[in-house]
Amino acid sequence: MASLVEADTSVEQEYRWTLNFGPQHPATHTTLRLVLQIEGERVIEALPDIGYLHSGFEKLGEHLNYNQYVTITDRMNYISPLANNIAWHHAVENLLGIEPPNRCKYIRTILAELSRISDHLLCNGAAALDTGAFTAFLYAFNQREVLYNIFETLCGARFTTSYTRVGGLMYDATPIFIEQVRAFVRGFPKVHSDICRLLNRNRIFVERTKGIGVLSKEAAINRSTSGPIARASGVTRDLRKDEPYSAYGDFDFKVVCSTAGDAYHRYLVRMDEMLESLKIVEQAIENLPSGPVNVPMAERTILPDKTRVWNTIEGLIAHFEVVMTNRGFHAPKEECYAAVEAPNGELGFYLVSDGSDIAYRARCRPPSFIHFALFPELIKGHLVSDIVAVLGSLNIIAAELDR
Amino acid sequence: MTTLEKLKNRFGERAWTFSENAKSQNRRIVVPAAQVFAYLEFLKAECGFDYLSDVTCVDYLHYRGAKDRFGLVYCLANTATNERLIVRCFLNEPDLAVPSAVPLWEGANWMEREVYDMFGIVFSGHPDLRRILLPDEFAGFPLRKDYPLRGRGERHNFERITREQS
Repeated sequence: MASLVEADTSVEQEYRWTLNFGPQHPATHTTLRLVLQIEGERVIEALPDIGYLHSGFEKLGEHLNYNQYVTITDRMNYISPLANNIAWHHAVENLLGIEPPNRCKYIRTILAELSRISDHLLCNGAAALDTGAFTAFLYAFNQREVLYNIFETLCGARFTTSYTRVGGLMYDATPIFIEQVRAFVRGFPKVHSDICRLLNRNRIFVERTKGIGVLSKEAAINRSTSGPIARASGVTRDLRKDEPYSAYGDFDFKVVCSTAGDAYHRYLVRMDEMLESLKIVEQAIENLPSGPVNVPMAERTILPDKTRVWNTIEGLIAHFEVVMTNRGFHAPKEECYAAVEAPNGELGFYLVSDGSDIAYRARCRPPSFIHFALFPELIKGHLVSDIVAVLGSLNIIAAELDR
Repeated sequence: MTTLEKLKNRFGERAWTFSENAKSQNRRIVVPAAQVFAYLEFLKAECGFDYLSDVTCVDYLHYRGAKDRFGLVYCLANTATNERLIVRCFLNEPDLAVPSAVPLWEGANWMEREVYDMFGIVFSGHPDLRRILLPDEFAGFPLRKDYPLRGRGERHNFERITREQS
């Protein structure tokens, strides 16, 4: 167990070392850099240096229309791109005041939860891998493969899904998709318990994560954390319960919380959240409503179905109106902030519209960015080898961090 | 007592305006930039808005009908009642400084650094106001609307290092 040391600043500090960690290091997973002041094995100070993957996503948001920008959101948190797609169009629909049909909401909820499982599997698997448990990582990735197959069935892409549209979805769900999700719901609990049995009482894993990177409840709120990291510290905030968006109000599930706030409990919270997500998926797939998946054609926010474009004059007109510049849909001259509970935490978009179908400003509130700001506090006084444990438990995705 | 009544008691009725977006149910107040810290402090201490979910900025340079250049956005939330409130204030050149919210929320640290990085808004009293996403030697503020989108940019100004020098 690690104990904290107080940084002694009064004495001469010649014996301190500066260690550069990253930007290319297997344990950072993505491109981020830390400059560490170490005293022996203890980290006295950590200075994060980010921006290596900054690619101006927010500036791009001012030049792509509301349907096009969804491709950029894929590249933010690429561990769970569907959750980002849903977050983006949730914000756009809030801005436009569009209510998507029930079937669309249910499919989105299923996908959001599947991508939550996928994200947590990667986070926990990689955290285990970094602390020396290779097997759990393989179990997790095997299941992620199943999930990728489901996404591929649904939208043709495994990774960059770009699945949502304003007021709808790219394609409707097919019976094959429903069967695949049912098979996943049946098979996943066994894998989940396998991973739990591999890690929950694994002495090495527990010793390396318990008591490491402790975040108190007050600090969690004060530092704007959200998602599993806040919930592991005792904050009961979960937007799925607190501001039920999409179809979350219809389902029975629990918000998983813990009070310890260390890396081990973040792992436990994520593990249990996966089971809750599975419960939501099961309820949603069995109660999937029939009906249209997109808003009516008259809204002109989304390309109409191809059979209507080819067979009806109204469909053809609607298609042209959406495609042509200045003839697409019009947004109100408004501003809005809307957030969803992404796997990592509150993923919000602040949208400013000037009346056209392109956002005047598309601000993304990325959870990774907020969570990485915690890192210097969490690692202070811990060992160099604890860096990977803390980084793994925070689940920093640099593409979302830098945008 | 609701938040709005509390604000009315503390700051009077004239100083700030409230509006609600019917479509997104966003509630926001517009406050004078000089007093934004007092408002945030009051909202945190008296109205229970203990969670700062976002700090961002909008450049209204080409926005039709806009009177001010920059609009700062503070998205607050109450973790007990799940109420949300957006606090806005407007800034104009040359005085692009507001007090930092870091004394109230530690989480504002990096968000304000990002706003400084992208828009050049100076948060006075911020403990560590440096660029965060862009390199320190970067010139200009890229999310401003007058930042050139094409032409010879930053990478042409970098010093070239030859193989012999490296």
